[in-house]
Amino acid sequence: MSEFPSTLLLLALCAYAAGMAGALVFRRAERLANGIGFGLASAGGTLGLASFVSALASGSCATAGSIQLVPSLIPFVRFSIRADPLGCFFGMTISLLAVAIGIYSIGYARGYYGRKSVGALAALFNLLLLSTTLVFLADHAWFFLMAWEIMALSAYCLVSFDHEHEESRGAGVLFFVMSHAGTAGLILGFLILHQASGTWGFDGFASLGGRLPASLRNVCFLLFLFGFGVKAGMVPLHIWLPAAHPVAPSNVSALMSGVLIKTGIYGLVRVSFDWLGAPPSWWGGAVLAIGTISALLGVLFALMEHDLKRLLAYHSIENIGIILMGLGASMMFLHWGRPALAALALIAGLYHTINHASFKALLFLGAGAVLHATHTRNMEEMGGLARRMRWTALFFLVGAVAISALPPLNGFVSEWLTYQSLLQGFGASSSLLRLMLPLSGAMLALTGALAAACFVKAFGITFLAQPRSAHARSALEAPAPMLAGQAILTAACVFLGLFPMLLLRLFDPLTLQLTGQQLSQQLVAARGMAIAAIAPQGGAVSTLGIALMLVCLLPAPLAAWLLFGRRTRMRVGPTWDCGLRGLTPHMQYTATGFSKPLRMIFKALFRPRREVQREYDFSPYFATTIRFESHVEEPFQTRIYRPLKWLVLRASRRLRALQAGSIQAYLIYIFVTLVALLLVAL
Amino acid sequence: MNLDPIHLLLQTLLLLALAPLLSGTIRSWKAKLQNRRGPRPWQAFLDIAKFLRKDMVIPEHASWIFHFAPYVVFLSALLAGLMVPMLRIPAPLSLFGGALALVGLLALGRFFLALGGLDPASAFGGMGSSREMTVSAIAEPALMLAIFTVAITAGSTDLSQMARTTQSTAFNLLNPAHVLAFAAIFIVLLAETGRIPVDNPATHLELTMIHEAMLLEYSGRYLAYMEWGASVKQLVLMTLLVNVFFPVGLAGADAGPLALAFSLAAYAAKLLALCAAVVVVETTNAKLRLFRVPDLLSAAFVLAALALLSMFLFR
Repeated sequence: MSEFPSTLLLLALCAYAAGMAGALVFRRAERLANGIGFGLASAGGTLGLASFVSALASGSCATAGSIQLVPSLIPFVRFSIRADPLGCFFGMTISLLAVAIGIYSIGYARGYYGRKSVGALAALFNLLLLSTTLVFLADHAWFFLMAWEIMALSAYCLVSFDHEHEESRGAGVLFFVMSHAGTAGLILGFLILHQASGTWGFDGFASLGGRLPASLRNVCFLLFLFGFGVKAGMVPLHIWLPAAHPVAPSNVSALMSGVLIKTGIYGLVRVSFDWLGAPPSWWGGAVLAIGTISALLGVLFALMEHDLKRLLAYHSIENIGIILMGLGASMMFLHWGRPALAALALIAGLYHTINHASFKALLFLGAGAVLHATHTRNMEEMGGLARRMRWTALFFLVGAVAISALPPLNGFVSEWLTYQSLLQGFGASSSLLRLMLPLSGAMLALTGALAAACFVKAFGITFLAQPRSAHARSALEAPAPMLAGQAILTAACVFLGLFPMLLLRLFDPLTLQLTGQQLSQQLVAARGMAIAAIAPQGGAVSTLGIALMLVCLLPAPLAAWLLFGRRTRMRVGPTWDCGLRGLTPHMQYTATGFSKPLRMIFKALFRPRREVQREYDFSPYFATTIRFESHVEEPFQTRIYRPLKWLVLRASRRLRALQAGSIQAYLIYIFVTLVALLLVAL
Repeated sequence: MNLDPIHLLLQTLLLLALAPLLSGTIRSWKAKLQNRRGPRPWQAFLDIAKFLRKDMVIPEHASWIFHFAPYVVFLSALLAGLMVPMLRIPAPLSLFGGALALVGLLALGRFFLALGGLDPASAFGGMGSSREMTVSAIAEPALMLAIFTVAITAGSTDLSQMARTTQSTAFNLLNPAHVLAFAAIFIVLLAETGRIPVDNPATHLELTMIHEAMLLEYSGRYLAYMEWGASVKQLVLMTLLVNVFFPVGLAGADAGPLALAFSLAAYAAKLLALCAAVVVVETTNAKLRLFRVPDLLSAAFVLAALALLSMFLFR
């Protein structure tokens, strides 16, 4: 019932609503619509960030009561929200992104002046922010589902915003279909919960698990896992993600990859920790296995991409996998009766959630700036941008280091926590299932190393070496608002990386709510300099210390320089060209070439196919023209979804016979249904 | 736990001094075994000093990454070395990170090394970067799984704590988990330091080199940092191997000069033994084709997995 979060929070929600309305009202005046729409989005984000952070820091969210937003006209629906710790945490994540992406969008939307309706873009963007925030806060099943649907629909509109392109329309429809299949799962799940509890309010669902029969509880879990899994983009329900995220405007891609998919994670935590109670061991095992597979397949498919935004979209699947690994491990520990470990694994997963939100949004914003400058998403046409877009390159590099889980940035911190929970969990049980923990740890290591390889490619091919096209040669740095948005997220990545002890404190109310443990005291060691594993002598890490030491050791190379090479000079010369007459951009390594060894190593998965056509005059070694095509297969697409789509189409073609269009036929259908229902009722 | 500045400084100097010596020793012994006269062990020092004295040529297409990378490569390897106990337990920076941070720091160095290879727009650099990232990607799970096996036994990811645990349990040589994990990390060591079945440190043939290809455009001081950093990284991995698996002679936190001298002698003997093993492997094997390297590294992974399994079975 605390006073505090409500006022600021309501103001934040109002700001989003006002931003939406304002952008629509002034849609004819593009500049005004842009300023009002995205400005208010950013302001709402700031207010939201302040309210959520202070609610988590003071712990006042633990006792937050339910507030009715507007009186409801429908008897069984209540439009009520409750900012509990879990909701606050996710709210904090989306607010952080709203601030940065809002500012970025002011610059980005200028590119649409005169071509598209900036007002509509800003309005939909605010609607998406508003509905997603409400998803995290809703306290009532119907209100949750409404917010969920509005979120899906506004996201659909934004994905197909560039609807002149066939690709955008197709991706939009795919997103729409998958999203609704997921929602169907959620509705069924909620119906089961309602049947058991007799209420639609979330407080009625809390720790319901014990009262459900085991089989029903499992069905309920699977339904929610499906429903939320589609939204989160976990393998094999992920296919919409690499299609939809790249085609949306880049600010929207950042928001979608940053938080929209996290609504799935939110839902999963809410359902399995808050409602369904102490899980059987196979739940955790299943989530851990799905997470490991998602992480690995996500990064492997990302490696094969040379479309910059698709590459980032595949990395979202990877990171959702890493988050799920933490959640799965946490559920296993809950089953084994180790709440402290469960809290550690949960923190690892959720820490990675906010980390992924910050660096993935940063990378998408960077990709947007590159797209803005070069008019292409194809990495093979980029190159040399580090010299032309210095700031964007720097920000993108920070994001790349962070997502590759390299110290001292934030990706490393959350993966360190994940490794710790996986290792310490090994002693928590004697079942064979515990072997999964270190093995998924090893797969996490593989994922991390592959992600590093992928981002060497993404950064190296995009920003380094010679420009590969005329557009890249004449690229210009992004305008100031776009840089400012990226700078905010860069700062967030560095802050979350160097000062984990501050963020860990915010997790206390959350883990207390979900696992009954508070860990920040145990996790923070050495007067706040380092974070330590919760086991005694379990190992510690200090990203701040690592960063400081990297600077402190700098005298070593500099001393060597002063000692020996004080009089050396530096001059610029041509790159070694094997005695040819200079290097051309075509001689550089390409993105496709870079990932070739991995394509060959994992060829059982990718089934690479290539076609080479040469035209030559006298010897095939001196070709006059050469055409090279290379494809990899997405097995889920070809093995599962394509046959499924075919099946659905065939079935609907059969069913079409029913829709004859004659009124008599329809009357018969109604009559038959009525009789059937009466028979069932009797 | 507090930082001990003298210990920190001494270990930094030891790392910087010992690393080129170790590379030189391997090179010299290899030559002896192949009936060549070969360079003297301290030749590596002279090379570095020579590079430091030379002017630098910066490729025209390079950006600021090219200038930044040598520092990151050098410093990250050095910092990783400060987390491994060399003569004394605990290591000077064991509070700042353990095995996971060490692997992370080496990966950070590799990340920038590969970017430095891509930056000058030469095809060789890109080829080297691509191969380096590929090989390390397959090596990393084996390394991590082997480390996990030891970490689970010790209940800690702190390298000093791991060494302490190994020290306190006798007859570790007979512990199958330990032996298998050692073998796995030894294979990873060969891959990570660019040794023969995986990469050839002596080659300058374009199509076979990995590490050298990335350094092709570096000259002068930057080349010195790169080479020095690579040798520090090699020393770090070897120290990890000898001191975590055979912590014989490691001195305690309050050791006097005598104990430290003994520790140094034991450490040197262990390193030389490992060097000899590397030299024998390099001389008796041919370089593998690039697409055969994954087989070798998956063998390392299987060994590490077996180590884990044996721990599960025999405990």
